[in-house]
Amino acid sequence: MTTLPAATPARKPASGAQQKLLAFASLIALLVFFSLASPNFLQTSNILAILQATSVNGVLAIAATLVIITGGIDLSVGTLMTFCAVMAGVILTNAGMPLPLGVLGAIAVGAICGTISGTLVAKMKIPPFIATLGMMLILKGLSLIISGTKPIYFNDTPGFSEISTGSLIGKVFPAVPVPNGVLILFILALVIGYVLNRTVLGRYCFALGSNEEAVRLSGVNTDAWKIAIYALAGSICGIAGLIIASRLNSAQPALGLGYELDAIAAVVIGGTSLAGGRGSILGTMIGALIMAVLLNGLRVMSVAQEWQTVVTGAIIIAAVYADMLRRRRAAS
Amino acid sequence: MFTRRTLLAAASATALMLSASLASAQDKIYIPLVSKGFQHQFWQAVKAGADQAAAEFGVEVTFEGPDTEAQVDKQMDMLAAALAKKPAALGFAALDSQAATPLLRQAQDAGIPVIAFDSGVDSDIPATTVTTNNLAAAALAADKMAELIGGAGKVALVVHDQTSRTGIDRRDGFVNRVKEAYPNIEIVDIQYGGGDQLMSTEITKAMLTAHPDMKGIFGANEGSALGVINAVRETNTQGLVVIGYDSGAAQKAAIKEGLMAGAITQSPVGMGYETVKAAIAATKGEALPKTIDSGFAWYDASNMDAPEIAAVLYD
Repeated sequence: MTTLPAATPARKPASGAQQKLLAFASLIALLVFFSLASPNFLQTSNILAILQATSVNGVLAIAATLVIITGGIDLSVGTLMTFCAVMAGVILTNAGMPLPLGVLGAIAVGAICGTISGTLVAKMKIPPFIATLGMMLILKGLSLIISGTKPIYFNDTPGFSEISTGSLIGKVFPAVPVPNGVLILFILALVIGYVLNRTVLGRYCFALGSNEEAVRLSGVNTDAWKIAIYALAGSICGIAGLIIASRLNSAQPALGLGYELDAIAAVVIGGTSLAGGRGSILGTMIGALIMAVLLNGLRVMSVAQEWQTVVTGAIIIAAVYADMLRRRRAAS
Repeated sequence: MFTRRTLLAAASATALMLSASLASAQDKIYIPLVSKGFQHQFWQAVKAGADQAAAEFGVEVTFEGPDTEAQVDKQMDMLAAALAKKPAALGFAALDSQAATPLLRQAQDAGIPVIAFDSGVDSDIPATTVTTNNLAAAALAADKMAELIGGAGKVALVVHDQTSRTGIDRRDGFVNRVKEAYPNIEIVDIQYGGGDQLMSTEITKAMLTAHPDMKGIFGANEGSALGVINAVRETNTQGLVVIGYDSGAAQKAAIKEGLMAGAITQSPVGMGYETVKAAIAATKGEALPKTIDSGFAWYDASNMDAPEIAAVLYD
């Protein structure tokens, strides 16, 4: 149960730290650059807007990181987020239940859907790309069906919008009213970072991505661990669903398609390998922040929208290429 | 490392040049427009109208919108970035009015007048709303349909969606007009294709199979109308009266070819122009009417080259 291929974790820390440093330096460089380029960039309200723009993509990227480290991919994170938001709407608005039930319900629905994806991948041996592509479409359709293609508003649950837009930090430090959605993102990052680096689940997550066969041959029930990881990722999508629904004070059933690609982009900018076995939550967080800072900064500089897209694409390629160069040099 | 540094340097150089050109324009009145879409031809025409007004009145205008009309949260991020620039006024077409309320209130508190455009904003914050009267425009489409099919027979609608204001108004405008004025016209089907050309094509084909005696179909936006035309072409259907909405190169070509009888055009160029104009008026504290009609018109092969029509059509 505890025997792990020793080589993999031993190689990880050194290169991981360097990658994070590089990504972090890029983030700082972007911040400095935009602050110099536009006088309006570096003000509290804009920094808070950037953090808020990161909250949903950051949470989805954390979910995607877990699955990607196992060597899989989860294309359903965006529509699962929407599905959980719609279910929260059904529980709170349509059924009129109390707020905590809606919150737990959304997370539970996420975990159940994650379990289904995990079972498709682990037990039925469907490639993760196909299994989660199928789930992505199923969940998009179900969201539209259950909501009757209309947004579900949370006007009857006054506390709901506080989940994302309220500010606990602002109550203590009125000068920096960091929205709760951002607080949730950072707490979640700490928790999942701990799970990945300090718990058995995290160790198997890396081990599955490095050499699944070796793990299985050493007597580990790889299927069960894989399903558990997909379920955890699913429940995190449930949290993302709560954050976005709370921010919009509504569950928007048509939303979600395309969000999986933003999440995956944040993950790879943060240095997590799509081949599995390597990655970190800190890297993913920096990746998500880089994307949000970049978009906001270009907007504040009034760069035309066509060029914003071009620059974002170029940055993704440049970030991953720089990481590969450094890795190759480290290896030689 | 070297490659990365070169890239960064190149990027910063470009950006510095951009910011330099912006700095020179900074004393101008600045008005950002946050729209419901961006790459769609309709929104590009709104942008063209806004740019035209910007050049004419000597103000600076930027135009942004999310990739799809479902991305409410991305639109909020754009709105937040626009407000960070402390604009003189703001043009806004809400995807979801309720979601935008906190940010709009922030604009109000900062004394930034908000001009709503297209489907408008469901709140009392905007100084005015620049919009097409979609109900009246779709009723005009119904009148033209009745005229072209001789006042009797089966017709159907392909609409972009049943949730947005424009989808609802165009459907209801057409249906209500038929009900009150043309008792011999039967509306046999109303389907929703998300404004997606291909999906609207499949919908239309199914409709034509179900009702071989169909007289006419109304496509309620550009994507829907092109889908109907596609289906007519693929099934080689003869004699069906197709009425479209908006323009665009493909729809204009279909009208010239005779595949489409004609279409209703809004004036997206006028919408962009009037939005910027109203925004400038608002910064000067001038009183504005509650809504400003950006206009609509019927066009077909006979009048589409006339200057007053050609001016509002876009490719």
